[in-house]
Amino acid sequence: MANRINIKKGLQIPLLGAVEEIIRGTVKSEFVRICPEDFHGITPKLAVRVDDTVKAGTGLFYEKNHPDMLFASPVSGVVTAIERGEKRRILRIVVKADSTVQYADFGAKQVASLSGEEVKKSILDAGIWFLIKQRPYDVVASPVKEPRDIFVTGFDTAPLAPSTDFLLKDREADLQTGLDALAKLTTGKVYLSVSTKTTLKGLREAKNVVITEFNGPHPAGNVGVQINNIKPVNRGETVWTLNAVDVAIIGRLFNKGITDLTRTVALTGSEVKQRGYYNMVIGTELKSIFAGNVTEGVSLRYISGNPLTGRKIDENGELGAYDSQVTVIPEGDDMHEAFGWASLSPKRYSAGATYLPFHKKFRLDARLMGGPRAIIVSNEYDKVFPMDIYPEQLIKAIIAFNIDRMEQLGIYEVAPEDFALCEFVDTSKLELQRIVRTGLDLLRKEME
Amino acid sequence: MKALRKYLDKIKPNFEEGGKLHWLHSTFDAFETFLFVPNSTSRSGVHIHDARDSKRTMTIVIVALIPALLMGMYSVGLHHYMALGLEASILTKFIYGFLAVLPQIVVSYVVGLGIEFIIAQIRKEEVAEGFLVTGILIPMIVPVDTPLWMIAVATAFAVIFAKEVFGGTGYNIFNVALVTRAFLFFSYPSKMSGDQVWVRTADTFGIGKGTVIDGFSGATPLGQLATTGAGSFGEFTFQGITGQPLSISDMFFGFIPGSIGEVSTFAILLGAALLIMTGVGSWKTMLSVFLGGAVAVVLVNLFAQNAIMEMPVQYHFLLGGFAFGAIFMATDPVTSARTEKGKWIYGFLIGLLAITIRVFNPGYPEGMMLAILFMNAFAPLIDFYVIDGNIKRRLKRAAPSK
Repeated sequence: MANRINIKKGLQIPLLGAVEEIIRGTVKSEFVRICPEDFHGITPKLAVRVDDTVKAGTGLFYEKNHPDMLFASPVSGVVTAIERGEKRRILRIVVKADSTVQYADFGAKQVASLSGEEVKKSILDAGIWFLIKQRPYDVVASPVKEPRDIFVTGFDTAPLAPSTDFLLKDREADLQTGLDALAKLTTGKVYLSVSTKTTLKGLREAKNVVITEFNGPHPAGNVGVQINNIKPVNRGETVWTLNAVDVAIIGRLFNKGITDLTRTVALTGSEVKQRGYYNMVIGTELKSIFAGNVTEGVSLRYISGNPLTGRKIDENGELGAYDSQVTVIPEGDDMHEAFGWASLSPKRYSAGATYLPFHKKFRLDARLMGGPRAIIVSNEYDKVFPMDIYPEQLIKAIIAFNIDRMEQLGIYEVAPEDFALCEFVDTSKLELQRIVRTGLDLLRKEME
Repeated sequence: MKALRKYLDKIKPNFEEGGKLHWLHSTFDAFETFLFVPNSTSRSGVHIHDARDSKRTMTIVIVALIPALLMGMYSVGLHHYMALGLEASILTKFIYGFLAVLPQIVVSYVVGLGIEFIIAQIRKEEVAEGFLVTGILIPMIVPVDTPLWMIAVATAFAVIFAKEVFGGTGYNIFNVALVTRAFLFFSYPSKMSGDQVWVRTADTFGIGKGTVIDGFSGATPLGQLATTGAGSFGEFTFQGITGQPLSISDMFFGFIPGSIGEVSTFAILLGAALLIMTGVGSWKTMLSVFLGGAVAVVLVNLFAQNAIMEMPVQYHFLLGGFAFGAIFMATDPVTSARTEKGKWIYGFLIGLLAITIRVFNPGYPEGMMLAILFMNAFAPLIDFYVIDGNIKRRLKRAAPSK
């Protein structure tokens, strides 16, 4: 029987637009765009030039400090453009996809017979090392630092999030292989977290891992919350984190010998007419699933990811490297709501009780719903922050960039996503995730 | 509203960068966001936001204050006509009180908000809403006959030196309304205490003219007790302003002289219910103030030497500013302890100190103001120790793994 942890603090934001459990097809776009900025904490160096031919699995670029860490092309085809921004920063690498995918062959391998180093090299060579992230700093894991433990989250509690059970339905063998591979990478343990609602056997009865069952609202599915409740990260320690869907991608590499970055993606949000799941590789242009399938006549916000941590894209945007969800909500910049502070409108949603709960589900737009202020209300963040950390005090330490204080208050245990709900409920409308991200980046620069 | 929106859109460019009225930018923004929810959308981080903002929060607090304000206004009228020995309808009494208090509210808002607007403009920030609450608290905690110029001076002092110099709403150490009260108390003691300030005997805009009847005494119940010659509480009776005895229900519903906000414990509890239901005020702070008060009273009763030391706990809670301070002043999130454990300690010590000052300082019958200001100063220290517990736990956890 798995160990069970109840999470009491948190919030399930009741949004309209949950996904239907139907596969609506496979999406292929002519061009696939990979943004190096999706992979946090790396400095990309190009491994290809315009007009080069690549296979699915060929490295498009590599990390400057670890040249063996490649980032794979999800499709085969021809590199048509390298889009650059300020200071020649690489924004996107565009690959024109072949009609049938040709995979680079890495050879199927029996994980059991490989050493840790061999497993590591296989993942690095195949260009999917980026699926492994690390705490502290919430960046792509450094392959040279031995992790104390590896944590895998087997469920997603974010608003409108897809069901991990559904995403992994036919990939249970890959999942187990992936978990076996991870076990080779650490002398510690591999922890797999499942929800009380998880039914998939591949998760529930996974082998070679320590299973912990979580019960509670978002952010119970965040790996940071799970680590804090299972075995917190201390100063000087490193742990690696993944989600179960990405573990299956690693598993597929060993089972089939190919880099297959196909994700099953949930199309969600109140503004989507026909919601459901689509299969596509990362970097796929999403315009074909938006066309004719979203509310017309209002300004819309397209998000690759969930409404709390996703990245804003436009209707021609592409799927982010880590995302299994695409969301469309109203932008709200065409709204002029009068006397909001006195409003009794049933359309307004608040986690607190300053509005009456007329509705069960809400269509929320992207407005801030107020102006930025100093932190005034207390105990607001704590209510949605189920970790043994004082979030408000940590945020203040980060703003002041007081390194000692940040360390004392637990900066090494958190990622920006852990503050997403705090940012949502914040009366003062502060950009907490950006503050934490900046703080982590600066701290990493200081420490490494 | 549409026409108004159009008009705002038309004049808005004047206030933006380069416009000829740019120096009024913050003021325009304050009025615009007062009228319409800003339609700026999120640029980083979460894409959706909770509908609660600073304006909503402050609105709830103001709504929670309204019952106490209305009951206080009525009480002003009630005591006025009682002191003059005149008959008047409930409505007349209320109107008299309303007109007596209104100028104070206006002065407090005009002065305080004026300063806030100017400073927001200088800092190029949005106008914070904190003063909307402070501005209504000030008239509620000063004697009804406080001259308007004193309120103006004290408000200006408090807003500038207790708030803006620290960085504005959210950064102040002391509760701004209480600093206003303290400034008045120490600068103009003759207008702030004694028997003459709590009942308005003059007419208001010509309403309620008359002369005070014989036997009138404007002393508050706590004031009477502090100066009584009675040897024990049993020999002592609280008297209304015309010498009639006061019952517990008079004290509960607010038929006693005192500051406008504090007289009706009933109305204060209505406000408390709203603050607790909406989660805007911390029930932990409120409860712990009463707990601290109760413990102090029980201890004092045990070793009672005189009437005030013998006064039972219910009188302490009903009289003076105890309930008002516990519900509306101690719970100010900015100046209170910010950790949940800290709030218990903070509130408890406020209750304890308020009773202590009341009982052991005969020159000053009310202790709530000083107790809260004193604990405002200690709140960061309380938080420091609470958070230090978390830090020590983290260090301890790390130690064995090395």
